Amino acid sequence: MKEAGVKAWLPSLLRLALVVALVAFVTNPGWFEPLLKPLTENNAPAIYNQGSLLTLTLLHLRTVLIATVAATVVAISLAILVTRPAGAEFLPLSRSLVNIGQTFPPVAVLALAVPAVGFGEKPTLIALFLYGLLPIFENALTGLTTLPGNIMEAARGAGMTGWQRLIKVELPLSAPIILGGIRLSVVISLATATIGSTVAAKTLGEVIIAGLLSNNLAFVLQGGLIVAALAVLIYDGLSAIERYTARRMGQETGH
Amino acid sequence: MTPRFDKLGVVIAAIVAYAAFLAPFATFRANRIVPGEARSILEALTAALGPLLLAIVIVAAIIALLKTPLVLRLAASVVALAALAVLIGVAGIFLTPTGNTFARISPASGFWLLIFAFTLLLADVLTRLNLSPLARVGVLVIAALAIGLLLVSGQWDSLSILKEYANRADSFWAEGSKHITLALGSLAAAVVVGLPLGILCHRVERLRAGVLNVLNIVQTIPSIALFGLLIAPLGWIAAHVPVAAALGIRGIGTAPAFVALFLYSLLPVVANTVVGLAGVPRAANDAARGMGMTDRQRLFGVEFPLAFPVILTGIRIVLVQNIGLATIAALIGGGGFGVFVFQGVGQTAMDLVLLGAVPTVALAFAAAIILDAVIEMTATRSER
Repeated sequence: MKEAGVKAWLPSLLRLALVVALVAFVTNPGWFEPLLKPLTENNAPAIYNQGSLLTLTLLHLRTVLIATVAATVVAISLAILVTRPAGAEFLPLSRSLVNIGQTFPPVAVLALAVPAVGFGEKPTLIALFLYGLLPIFENALTGLTTLPGNIMEAARGAGMTGWQRLIKVELPLSAPIILGGIRLSVVISLATATIGSTVAAKTLGEVIIAGLLSNNLAFVLQGGLIVAALAVLIYDGLSAIERYTARRMGQETGH
Repeated sequence: MTPRFDKLGVVIAAIVAYAAFLAPFATFRANRIVPGEARSILEALTAALGPLLLAIVIVAAIIALLKTPLVLRLAASVVALAALAVLIGVAGIFLTPTGNTFARISPASGFWLLIFAFTLLLADVLTRLNLSPLARVGVLVIAALAIGLLLVSGQWDSLSILKEYANRADSFWAEGSKHITLALGSLAAAVVVGLPLGILCHRVERLRAGVLNVLNIVQTIPSIALFGLLIAPLGWIAAHVPVAAALGIRGIGTAPAFVALFLYSLLPVVANTVVGLAGVPRAANDAARGMGMTDRQRLFGVEFPLAFPVILTGIRIVLVQNIGLATIAALIGGGGFGVFVFQGVGQTAMDLVLLGAVPTVALAFAAAIILDAVIEMTATRSER
C-alpha cells in the first residue's frame, strides 16, 4: 500500500519539477549559463541572445494554439457533417482524403504556402492547421461512428431531435476520443512549429536554427528542450482532462 | 433538393467554374525570380486548343454534377486529367518566346485547382468502386507510367520546374537516392532493432512501460533539434573511433540524419509489435502449446504471422513519416530532396521548392498506397 502511494505521487512531483525548471529557464535563462557553457566553443554565448526566450516561447504557444483551435473547429464540424444522413455520401471520400493528406510532408506544405501568403507566421499557421486537422478529424469520426446503438435508440425514443441528440448525447459521449485527437495534434504541432522558423516565423525554432547556423550546440539544446518540455507537459495535461471526461461519461452512462 | 444532383459534384463543378474562368491557368515570368503575369486558358493555348480544353473540363464538370454512372465519371475524370496534363506542356511551348531561355512558364492556381477538382472526382470514383488491393497498386502503376511517359517524351520540358531540373539533373538524382537511402535505411535499422525490442517488451512486462515512455519522449523532441543534437556525439565518435570515420560517420551530414530518423522510427515499430503480439488470441497460443511447440516455434509459427498486419501498419507509418522527415536532413548537410526545398526558400524560387517537394510527396503517396495494399492482403490472409 505504501509503495503504491509513492508511485502515485512520484509522477506529479516530476511534473511539478519540470514546470518549475521550464518557467525558471525561460524567465531567467542566465541562471543556467554554467550548465550550457561546456557545450559552446570559442567563447560563444551559451544562452540565446538574439531575442527573449520567454517571448519566443509565448509566440510559439500562440501559433500552436491558434492553429489547433482552428483545426479543432473545422475538423469537428466536418466530422459532424459527414456523419449526418445529408452528408453521408462524403464519408468514404473524406476518409481517403485524410489518408492522402497525411502523406504531405510539413516542410513541403510550409514551403509551398510561402508564395501564396508570404514569409512569417502565416505559412506556419497554414501548415500546422492542415497537419492538425487530420488526427482530430479521424478521432472525431471514430467517436461519432462507434456510439453504442442502445443509447442512440434511447435518445431517439425519448423524442430528442437530431440536433438535441448531437449536442446532448453524441458529442459528450465522443468527447474523450476527440480530446485524444486534439492531444495528438497539439504534440505534433508543437514540434512542427519549430520548422516554421525556416520561413521566418517567430517560434522556438529560431533558437535551434541559430544554433545550427553558428554551430552552437547550446542553442540547439535549449530550443529543443523547451519544446520537448512543453510537449510533455501539455500531453500530460490533456491526458488528465481526457481521463476526467471519460470518467464522467462512464458514470453518466453507468446510471 | 432535387435528387438528380450529385452532392460532391456540386462542389467539384463550383471549383471547376472558378478555376476555368476566374483563376489564371499559367504564369509567365521574364526570369525565374520576378513576379509573374497571369494567363487564362484561352490566352495560354492556341485558338483551337484553348476552347477544346474549356469544352473538356466543362463537360467533365457536368458529368460530375449530375448523378451519372460510375464508369462515365471515371472516364470524365481520366480524360480531363489527361487533357490538363498534356495541354499544360503545350501551353509552356506556346507561351515561351522563341529563343528565350530566361522566360519561365509555370502552372498557376487555376491549373492546380482543376487538377485538384478532377483528382477529387477520381478519388471518389475509386473509393466507390471499392477496388481490391492489387487493383489499387495497378492504378498507381498506370498513373506513374503515364507521368513517366510525359516526362520522358519532353512534353513538359518548357515548364519552369523541369527547367530547374535540367540545370540540376545530376544533383537531383544524387539527392534523390540519398533521400531514399535515408528513409529506407533508417526504417530497416528500426525494424532490425525494433522487432526484437517489441518482442522483449511483450514478454517482459516490467520493461514495457519504461521503453515505450522513453520512445514517446523522443517523439516530442522537434526534428530539427534532434538532428542538431546528434551532431556532437557523432562528431565525437568520428574523432575517437577510427573505424567509425572509415565507415563515413561524421558529425554533420548523413550520419546524424540517419540516427535521428532511426530514433523517430522506433516508437511506431516497437509499439505496434507490442500491440500486435498482445492481440494474438489466447486460444491460438494454447493450441500451439498443446501441440508441443517450443517457445521459439510458437513465436515464429503462430504469434508473429498473426501479429504481422499490425506490425506492418507500424512500418507504413514509419515509412511515410520518414520520407517526409528526410527533407529536414538538408538543414544539417544530410542531403535529400530537402536541399532543393531550402535552396528554393532561400532564393524565393518556387520552382526549385517544387522540384524538391513534388518528388517527396509522390514518394510518400506511393509508399502509402503500396503498403496499405500489402497490409490489406496480409490481414485477409491471416483471417482465413
